[in-house]
Amino acid sequence: MTADHTPAENTPAVTSRMARLFDVRYVIGGLLGLYGVVLVIVGLTDGPEQYAQAAGFAVNLWTGVALVVVAVAFLLWASLRPLGIEVDAEAEDLAAGPPT
Amino acid sequence: MLRLDLGWLDYTLLAVYFVVVLGIGVVARRAVGTSADFLLAGRSLPAWVTGLAFVAANLGATEIIGMAANGAQYGVATVHYYWIGAIPAMVFLGIVMMPFYYRSKVRSVPEFLKLRYNNQTHVLNAVVFAVASVLIAGVNLYALAIVLQALLGWPLWAGILASAAVVLIYIGAGGLGSAIYGEVLQFFIILAGLIPLAIVAVRSVGGFGELGRRVEASALGPNGLHAWSGTGVGDVSNPIGANWIGIVLGLGFVLSFGYWTTNFAEIQRALSAKDRSASQRTPLIAAFPKIFIPAVTIIPGLVALVAIPNFGNDDTGGLEYNDAIPALMGQLLPQGVLGVAVTGLFASFMAGVAANVSSLNTVVTYDLVQPYLARGRSDAYYLRMGRVVTAGGVLIAVGTAFLAAGFNNIMTYLQSLFGIFNAPIFATFILGMFWKRTTGWGGFWGLLSGVVAGTAVFVLSKAGVLTFGSDIEVTFYQAGAAFFVDVIVTVLVSLFGRAPARERLAGIVYGVAGADGVVPTIKQPREAVWWRRPILLGGLALALTVVLNILFA
Repeated sequence: MTADHTPAENTPAVTSRMARLFDVRYVIGGLLGLYGVVLVIVGLTDGPEQYAQAAGFAVNLWTGVALVVVAVAFLLWASLRPLGIEVDAEAEDLAAGPPT
Repeated sequence: MLRLDLGWLDYTLLAVYFVVVLGIGVVARRAVGTSADFLLAGRSLPAWVTGLAFVAANLGATEIIGMAANGAQYGVATVHYYWIGAIPAMVFLGIVMMPFYYRSKVRSVPEFLKLRYNNQTHVLNAVVFAVASVLIAGVNLYALAIVLQALLGWPLWAGILASAAVVLIYIGAGGLGSAIYGEVLQFFIILAGLIPLAIVAVRSVGGFGELGRRVEASALGPNGLHAWSGTGVGDVSNPIGANWIGIVLGLGFVLSFGYWTTNFAEIQRALSAKDRSASQRTPLIAAFPKIFIPAVTIIPGLVALVAIPNFGNDDTGGLEYNDAIPALMGQLLPQGVLGVAVTGLFASFMAGVAANVSSLNTVVTYDLVQPYLARGRSDAYYLRMGRVVTAGGVLIAVGTAFLAAGFNNIMTYLQSLFGIFNAPIFATFILGMFWKRTTGWGGFWGLLSGVVAGTAVFVLSKAGVLTFGSDIEVTFYQAGAAFFVDVIVTVLVSLFGRAPARERLAGIVYGVAGADGVVPTIKQPREAVWWRRPILLGGLALALTVVLNILFA
């Protein structure tokens, strides 16, 4: 190994500002939720013309409902297990198991 | 010509997505303090984030548009790209190779070659990767602009510049972190558009049974519904045009192991995971969505084939295979979900460009500038360099995109040529990780001759000297040639040279203890809970794949 190469020096500290600054689960939940609510509203107002285009399937309504369900799941996950707690839980797992 | 009729609502949904992505970039910028934050996302992300980014980084233009086109052209056998092509390689990466990558603390794929081989091998790989990434980013930008032009009527130059500007802003600000968060978001949006499209598409032709009957009656014939039927050696009647040996060895082994286990744009996602276990789980978590993605790409391709008159016959004025997904979107989706689907399509194109650019800036900064061109500067210098390379890379990609607009065929060739480069790198890695005797120059000459061999097969097939069953078969054989020539040359050159010093192997080659006394093996880390065990996750993915292969044989 050459002297100028020391990747270990460049390894960042364990804590990351990126992870703490914002929780991407809220972003996913928020965007999918917004899309879902919009599609449900559109779906409820869709007429026979829209149904005919999509082979008789209420595609806006059902896509909207599915998006809302996924969004609620992400928001629940994020609020029930906030970042700090999850990090601690993993740290305990590591402490409990023998080093590999 | 194909033109989508988007309403104000669809445009609003599209605009909201771009506001959110740019917002991620702006917020992520505040988290970037060091070059490692910018180029490696601080090595801090949980496995589900890196796993979804891993699959999404590949869910770009080639995947969505291209696999639907393959579905229409080659039928159900297109699943080989997923179930033989991707899954075994992803499981192998997670269980066997990732421990070596993560342990060695390298920041890029080329850097591993520097540790294990020599500076020449390192520079060869880094330069080839950098050139390939920037050109592929350009091709992706061009492909995106074509879609913008065709679907929305934007002029080509406006499409190229607008998409380049968005990528520049959010990668330039937040680096790899915002690229990865953007990819995770894109993963969900693309599925939110493609799943409803696939459902409506199947209903529109009268259900799966009717779809099957009409595919059998189409140009694909009965084997169009089968992955393995008609792939016997010497008796190939499957539309994919290759026998099972070519599929298993060419696509399944060489081509896909080369792509999934050494392509830095992918590995980078796993390297940014927060610990070794999370890095191993990255490709394993990615494998599960990957198994089911063919349902939303191949099915629309088949529906387009049977439902759109004259489809795939562009000589006679029919739509091209590549139009399968956009054409069905315009035909079947009403306003609202159409906006989500269009957003997903653009998001996937943009994520492809972002993945190219965010891996390019890491390789140029950490593999070319820091060790060779400007050594020993402050970290702030390399952070600034990372941003400069990002801007420069986007600019060159824009240039390449305009070049591609002028010389369309040349870009197609370039793209398939770069496909060659991954196969020999895989050979070089496997020999380096598991055979102590492999020398620095063995690695260098093996890699170089592998690339030359792959290129030779490609050129000879284009010149008509070698003939193959299909374009797909050409790629299998060029990758195979690249791989085996690399292995033979590496082994021969290594045996004639002096065995490498033990210090060079320490901690990065199988069975050779590192300075910290830890011996690298493929022994799996102990996990407190079952769903974090790599062997279990990988085994489950493989078992699912075997079942699906039998069902669709």
